[in-house]
Amino acid sequence: MGPLVVNEVISENTNLLLAFFIGIAFGFVLEQGGFSSSRKLAGVFYGYDTVVLKVFFTGAITAMLGLLFFSLFGWVDLSLVYVNETFLWSTLVGGVIMGAGFIMGGYCPGTSFCGAAIGKIDAYIFIIGLFIGVFIFGEAYNLLEPLYMAEFWGSPRISEYFGISEGVTVLVVILAAVAMFWGAEWAEKLFPRDEY
Amino acid sequence: METQKKPKKYMNPYLAGVLLGLVVVAANFVSGRGLGASGAVKSAIVAGVETIAPKHADASPFYHKYSEAHQGKPLNNWLVYQMLGVVVGGFFSGVISRRLTWKVEHNPGIKSKTRLIFALAGGILFGLGSQLGRGCTSGSALSGMAVLSLGGFLSMAAIFGTAFMLAYFFRKLWI
Repeated sequence: MGPLVVNEVISENTNLLLAFFIGIAFGFVLEQGGFSSSRKLAGVFYGYDTVVLKVFFTGAITAMLGLLFFSLFGWVDLSLVYVNETFLWSTLVGGVIMGAGFIMGGYCPGTSFCGAAIGKIDAYIFIIGLFIGVFIFGEAYNLLEPLYMAEFWGSPRISEYFGISEGVTVLVVILAAVAMFWGAEWAEKLFPRDEY
Repeated sequence: METQKKPKKYMNPYLAGVLLGLVVVAANFVSGRGLGASGAVKSAIVAGVETIAPKHADASPFYHKYSEAHQGKPLNNWLVYQMLGVVVGGFFSGVISRRLTWKVEHNPGIKSKTRLIFALAGGILFGLGSQLGRGCTSGSALSGMAVLSLGGFLSMAAIFGTAFMLAYFFRKLWI
């Protein structure tokens, strides 16, 4: 059955319309979770508010498990689902640059649009920064291309990389997430702050 | 007259996480792909450069490859529609929870101007990094991890690891 657009159950235009509705759900959940506030987001790096860690990892393990169940029930063919490519160096260097942007700017791209939606002026400035940053990459592309294309590993799943089953992989991630949730609850008691 | 009510509390983070995960599952079920955010900014930049400087856009593979992949309509992209939805959904959530206000949110220990300067710098870095890393926290880390992509896990570790390591140096911005 799924993915619906790949199996031509729905048309490309319907797919784009559904993207809009999926976006509404995405933005609604982010804002309800507190991701429209940079001070809440940055809190995870100081232990006073670990909402990022809780929402992010609960989201990740729910999505992993959900997709495994959907596959088990025959609702989605996981071989037709896009798996992000791994270009080792650009992933790591890009991630380091994004991490620096996160601690300085207090937002990531998705959350900045969410903050802007409820009137956060700092989020608008962050978004202007995003446009400048993407433009700089575009202009410097020829210079950055060797790094961008280096160490292409294809699209391996982490389960394939370590040679373990997908189910066991997800179980390990869930156990790691539960350990982090425990640490997060402990940190919030250690560094209490008022809600923003 | 109705008195001004306080904003409602945020949702329980674990419940928000489960709902977020279900949105990722829905995106994969419907469209065979995950969520994203930085990709929509890229679409807008490619469309802008093509309109303002078409020759310049043709000369650079960053612009023209992307445009070709979208039949010359870089804005007619899944992530652009999804991000429009994010703004609508975020706004709707802000309305029902009474959180709509124009403000520069910052730690009382710093000036608004300082917050805005760092917001701009952070945005520039995030924009640049998201292109190099082929996606941001949503597209690469969250959605990548959802399909167990090795790159997704590496991306998550690099983003959060770096932010933790640099947290000490930027502590005055936040605490």
